[in-house]
Amino acid sequence: MRVTFNVNGRPQEADDVWEGESLLYVLRERMGLPGSKNACEQGECGSCTVRLDGVPVCACLVAAAQVQDRDVVTVEGLADYAKDRAAGRCGTGACGTPLGEAQKWAAKPADGQTGESTEAGDLSPIQEAFIDAGAVQCGFCTPGLLVAADELLERNPSPSDQDIREALSGNLCRCTGYEKILDAVRLAAARGASVTAGEGV
Amino acid sequence: MGVTRNPTNITQGSKTKGGLGESTLRPDGTLKVTGEFAYSSDMWHEDMLWGFTLRSPHAHAKILSIDTGEALATSGVYAVMTHDDLPAFTKYGLEYKDTPVLADGVVRYHGEPIAIIAADHPETARRAAAKIKVEFELLPLVIDEETALADGAPILHPNRDDHHADHVTHPNIVHRQPIIRGDANEAAKRADIVISGEYEVGMQDQAFLGPESGLAVPAEDGGVDLYIATQWLHSDLGQLSPVLGLPEDKIRMTLSGVGGAFGGREDLSMQAHACLLALRTGKPVKIVYNRFESFFGHVHRHPAKLWYEHGVTSEGKITHMKCRIVLDGGAYASASPAVVGNASSLAVGPYVIDDVEIEAVALYTNNPPCGAMRGFGAVQACFAYEAQMDKLAAALGMDAVEFRQLNAMSQGTIMPTGQKVDSPAPVAELLRRVKALPMPPEQQWLAGDAEGRSIDIRDLPGALSNTTHGEGVVRGVGYAVGIKNVGFSEGFDDYSTARVRLEVINGEPVAMVHTAMAEVGQGGVTVHAQIARTELGVTQVTIHPADTQVGSAGSTSASRQTYVTGGAVKNSCEAVREKVLELGRAKFGTYHPAWATAELLLEGGKVVTDGGEVLADLVDVIEGETIDLELEWRHRPTQAFDLVTGQGDGHVQYSFCAHRAVVEVDTELGLVKVIELAAAQDVGKALNPLSVVGQIQGGTTQGLGLAVMEEIIVDKNAKVRNPSFTDYLIPTILDTPTIPVDVLELADEHAPYGLRGIGEAPTLSSTPAVVAAIRAATGLALKRVPVRPEHLTGT
Amino acid sequence: MDFLRPASWEEALAAKAEHPTAVPIAGGTDVMVEINFDHRRPDVMLDLNRIGELQEWEVTEETVRLGASVPYTRIMEHLRTELPGLALAAHTVGSPQIRNRGSVGGNLGAASPAGDSHPALLAAGAEVEAVSVRGTRLIPVEEFYTGVKRNSLAADELIRAVHIKKADGPQQFSKVGTRNAMVIAVCAFGLALHPETRTVKTGIGSAAPTPLRARVAEDFLTAALEEGGFWENGKIIPPAVARQFAELVSGAANPIDDVRGTASYRRHALGVMARRTLGWTWDEYRGNERTQSCA
Repeated sequence: MRVTFNVNGRPQEADDVWEGESLLYVLRERMGLPGSKNACEQGECGSCTVRLDGVPVCACLVAAAQVQDRDVVTVEGLADYAKDRAAGRCGTGACGTPLGEAQKWAAKPADGQTGESTEAGDLSPIQEAFIDAGAVQCGFCTPGLLVAADELLERNPSPSDQDIREALSGNLCRCTGYEKILDAVRLAAARGASVTAGEGV
Repeated sequence: MGVTRNPTNITQGSKTKGGLGESTLRPDGTLKVTGEFAYSSDMWHEDMLWGFTLRSPHAHAKILSIDTGEALATSGVYAVMTHDDLPAFTKYGLEYKDTPVLADGVVRYHGEPIAIIAADHPETARRAAAKIKVEFELLPLVIDEETALADGAPILHPNRDDHHADHVTHPNIVHRQPIIRGDANEAAKRADIVISGEYEVGMQDQAFLGPESGLAVPAEDGGVDLYIATQWLHSDLGQLSPVLGLPEDKIRMTLSGVGGAFGGREDLSMQAHACLLALRTGKPVKIVYNRFESFFGHVHRHPAKLWYEHGVTSEGKITHMKCRIVLDGGAYASASPAVVGNASSLAVGPYVIDDVEIEAVALYTNNPPCGAMRGFGAVQACFAYEAQMDKLAAALGMDAVEFRQLNAMSQGTIMPTGQKVDSPAPVAELLRRVKALPMPPEQQWLAGDAEGRSIDIRDLPGALSNTTHGEGVVRGVGYAVGIKNVGFSEGFDDYSTARVRLEVINGEPVAMVHTAMAEVGQGGVTVHAQIARTELGVTQVTIHPADTQVGSAGSTSASRQTYVTGGAVKNSCEAVREKVLELGRAKFGTYHPAWATAELLLEGGKVVTDGGEVLADLVDVIEGETIDLELEWRHRPTQAFDLVTGQGDGHVQYSFCAHRAVVEVDTELGLVKVIELAAAQDVGKALNPLSVVGQIQGGTTQGLGLAVMEEIIVDKNAKVRNPSFTDYLIPTILDTPTIPVDVLELADEHAPYGLRGIGEAPTLSSTPAVVAAIRAATGLALKRVPVRPEHLTGT
Repeated sequence: MDFLRPASWEEALAAKAEHPTAVPIAGGTDVMVEINFDHRRPDVMLDLNRIGELQEWEVTEETVRLGASVPYTRIMEHLRTELPGLALAAHTVGSPQIRNRGSVGGNLGAASPAGDSHPALLAAGAEVEAVSVRGTRLIPVEEFYTGVKRNSLAADELIRAVHIKKADGPQQFSKVGTRNAMVIAVCAFGLALHPETRTVKTGIGSAAPTPLRARVAEDFLTAALEEGGFWENGKIIPPAVARQFAELVSGAANPIDDVRGTASYRRHALGVMARRTLGWTWDEYRGNERTQSCA
C-alpha cells in the first residue's frame, strides 16, 4: 500500500509498504532517514523515538499506515525544529528540514564519517550539549535521547535531576552510565536551550 | 519542575590545540547527533536483498534432514543455503575453528544457525524461513560440569586437534589452567582463621544497542565488499577468507558505525552469512538482527562457579588462597581459553598472597556459547575474592577497607604467576580515595520538601512503581577493588599498525591517520587525532575510515586500543617527524646549527628546538612533499603460562579500579536502589580526561547491571528463556546513580605516554561493591549475582 | 494482510463485523511488538487512531467514561483526582514514550495478566463498554478477563470506553518490578477505599491467569473496619488487622514461577504491597498523609 505523511515538515510518500511495517522501517528503509535507530523493536529502548504530531513515541511501535497524513519529526529534523521553535514559528515540524538535505546517507560511508567535526552552528542546543558534555560514545542511543530530551526541555526548561531521569527513563544507553547524558541536559538547560519553548507546542 | 543542577566537568568546546591531555571532543560527534553517522544497520544499496537466519529450536540434536524446497519456491526468495551449499571451509573461530558456519548434521546450542535466506523484503525472508522443514533427533544434553564430565557424557567435539586438546583432562574441557605458587597447604597452618565460600555468577549479555548487522556487496572481480560492525576487522578477514574460498585481498572490509561492542563483536556473527548470500545471488545482501536474534547471535559472559578458601592470621595478613573456577564456555570455544587464562592468573585479586593453588577450567556444554565480555575472567573472580575479603575482615572484626589495604599489592609485588608488577599498583590509595569521599545525604526522597511531607518516589527503591514511601528501606555501604590485565596476554603477538600521512593542503599542514582500529564508541578516533596533533604539531587531523587496506590494529578489547593502536599512531608519527626533520635539514640545515645539534620538535605548525627556538615553518619544510608511512608497533612481549604451574610473565600491564557503593534496599520487597557508586582508578595518563571518565562511568554501570538485574536465563533444557529487552533488563537512567570518578595518574614507564588501559577495570569492582552494600543493608550472605528480590526476601 | 483505516466509529464497527478476525490497533504498543517479532500475522489490522472520540473522556457525577484509546499520559495529567489509582498505575506503564501511546482499551484488549491498569480498574470498580453493530453492552471488569490473554469480547465487538467509578476515597497502586523504570510487573496490587459504601476493593495483577479481586481480603477488611467503627473514629488500623488483610491478599493469588519471579515471591510481595497500600490509603483517609510527588 501507499503511505503519505509529513516528515520534518515535508510531505513524503512510500509505495509498496507491507501492512505490518512500522513507521521506523519506513523512515529508515524507504525514506532514507536512518537516524532513528532500531535497537529493540519492542518499545524497550527508546532508540527510535520520534515526535508524532509533537508527541514522543517509539517509531517501532507505530504501524506506518497509522501515520497517514500526520506529522513526524526525526533526529534529522531536530535542529530545524528547534530553530523554528526558538523563532516562534510553527512547532510541529511542518517547516522543518527539507528531506533532500536530511538524506545525507549512502551505502558507502562518506570519507568524512570519522573525520573532524563539521561546523556546529547548524545544531540544536541539545545536540550541541550532547557533544560538549561527552554524552556521546557509540552514539546508537543518541538520536532517541535527543528527541526525548529536547521535548523535556520544551515542557520544562529547568528540570531537576529526577525530572530528567524520569523523562529519559525510556531511553537505554549501554556506554555512558548516563552521567554525561544528565550533564548534557543540565548544560542545555543552563544555556537556556528552551527560552522560547513555551511558544512551541 | 525543580532545581536544575549545574553540569559538572564540562569542556565548553576546545578552542586550543587539541593535543594530549585535553578533553577534545569526538570527531564523529556532529554526525552522531544529527543522525547522519552511518551504522552498519543503516547501510543501504540499490537492489539489495535481505538476509535472514533460520536457527535451531533445540540445544542438542542431530539434523536428520532439511527440506528447503518450499522456501526456495517462494516468490521474492533469491537463495536458501545450508551446510551442503558452503563453497569452501565450513568452520570459523577466534582461537580454534570449531564453529560451523551453518550447522553440520548436528546443532549444539539453542539458536545455532541452520540455514540462511536472501529475499527481497525481510518479511519474505521470514515467511520463507518458516517453510524450511528440518527433522531433528534430540540428543542428550551437557549443561554443567557434572553432565560434561560424567561417565558416558556426550563428547561435544570429538576428534579435537586444537592446541589445548592434549593437556585437558576431559574432551569436554576447552582449557584448564592451574597456577601453583608457594605451598598453600603449608601456609594454611599459619592461619588463625580459614574462610571458604562458594560463589556463582550468572550469564551476562553485552547488550550493545546496535544489533549485529552489515551489508555485503559482490564485486566485479569475484570478491566482496563488506560494510560491517566488528571489533577486529583483520580477525574477521582471516576467518572469512577460508570460508568464502577467497584470498584476503578479494574481501575488502570497511568498518561501519558500531553501536557498542563490549566483547560481543569479537566473534563473527552474520559476516560470513551476508557474504555467502551476496556471492551466491550476485546481489548486495543486508542482514540486520533484531533484538531477539541478537541474543542468539553473539557470545555472552561466561557464567561461573567459584570455590575459594583464604586463611588469615589474627593480625590480618592473608596466609594463603586456594580456588577453583569453573566457567561455562557453551557449545563452541570462542575466547574461552583466554578467559581461563585471565580467571586463573587474576584469581588472587590485587592482594599479596605468596602461597596459592588456583585452577580454572572452561567447559564445552550445550548452553549458549560464551566468550569475550568486558573484563572477562577477571569479573567473575573479582566477585568471589571480594566477597571473601569482606568475610575475612568480618571474621577478624576489622574494617573491610583497612583489611584490604593491609594486604594490598603494590609495585614490586610478585603475582602468583611469578610475574613482578613493574609499574604503579596503587591499590591501597584507590581504596583510601573512595572511602574518603563524603557520603550522599540520607533519605533523599524527602529532600524536596523542608517539612518532610512530600516524598519523591523516584528516589526510592521501585521508583515510579510506588512500592515504598520509605518503609523497609535500609542503607548499606560496600567497597571493592579489582585487577585486570591490559592487552592480549600469554605470548600472543599483540601488535597494531598505523599509517600516518603528512602533507600541505591549502597552505596548511594536514595529518591523516589511518588504522584498522574499530571505533566502537570508546573514543579511539578522538585520541588518535590528539596524538597526531601532539607529535606533529598540526591542528588539522583527518581520521581515515577503518578498513582492511591498512594493516591489522588488533581487537578493540582487553582495554588495549589506546595503548596498542595509540602506541602505533605515536610510533608512526615519530617516524613521520624524523622524515620531516630530514627534509628540513636538507632544505634549511645550513641556516642554523641547531638543525644538526638540538633535539627538534614539531609544535604549532613549526619546527622548534627543545628550547623553543623556531627553526622553520612546517609548511615550508614539507611543501611539495607527501610523507606517508605505515608501520607496525608492538608492546613488549609476554609469555605463555606453564600448563602445570601457571608460571610466566603473561601480562603486559595491570589496571586497577576501586568502588564504593551506597545502596538503599527495600528489605521487605527485596528491591534495590543504588544511590551512589563512586570510583577511583589509576589511568596512568589521561589522554582525554572527558573520555576517561565516560569509560569509567559506563563500565561501572555494566557492573551494576550484573549485580542486580542482568542475566540470560538458560533453563535445564539449555534453552534461553529471556531473549528480549522486556526480560533481559539493563539499567535505565533511574537505576543508575551518581558516579563520582576520582582519576589517579601514575605513569607506567613501559607504556606510551605512561598510559594505562582503562575500559575494563571499572566493570570488575562495581559488581562486588554493590553486592557488599546490599549485604551490609540486609545481613544476607548473597553468594550469587545477579541478586534477585527472591534472594533478599528468602522467597 | 489488510490494513483498514476507518474514519468513524460506525465504520470501525462495520469493519469489525465484516472481518471478525481483524486485530484492532491503537497505540500499537502490544500489537506491533507481536508483528515485529513474528508472533502474530493477522489477516486484517483495524486502525483506531482516526476515531477521535476514542481519545476523549467524559466526567459525570458517578463515573468517568474513559475513551478506549486515551493515552496513559493524559490519564496521569488530567484524571488524577477522579481516578487516582488508575493515574498511579498509568505512571508505572513502560516508559514516557509508551505512556504517550498505550491506553486502557489496549490493556483490556490484550488482557495480559500483567497489564498495569487492571488492578486499578478492579479496585475502583469499572465496566467495559463493548460495542458491535448489534448493540452495546456494559461488562463488569471482573467478568471481562476470562483467561491468560483472553477476554469476553465477542468477535465483532470493539471496546468503545471504560466506565470507571470516580474515587469516593483514597486509592493506591503498587507494582513490583526488578528494575526502577520500564519494567513489566512481577506482580501488582491496587486498593481503593470506598467510604460512601464503607467498603474496600482490591485488584491483583500478574499473580494469576487473570487479574482478580482478593474478595475474601476485601470482605475481611470491610467487616473489620465496620466492626471497629474505624470509618467514624478514624483510628489507626491495628497491625493485626493489616497483617490479616495482607495474608488474605497473598492467599487470593494463584501465581506461577517464571523468568520474572517465583510464585512464592509474588505471594510475599503482594502481602507487603497490601499492607503498605492499606497504610497509605488509611492515612490519607484520616487526613494525615504525606503527599507523594513525582512530577
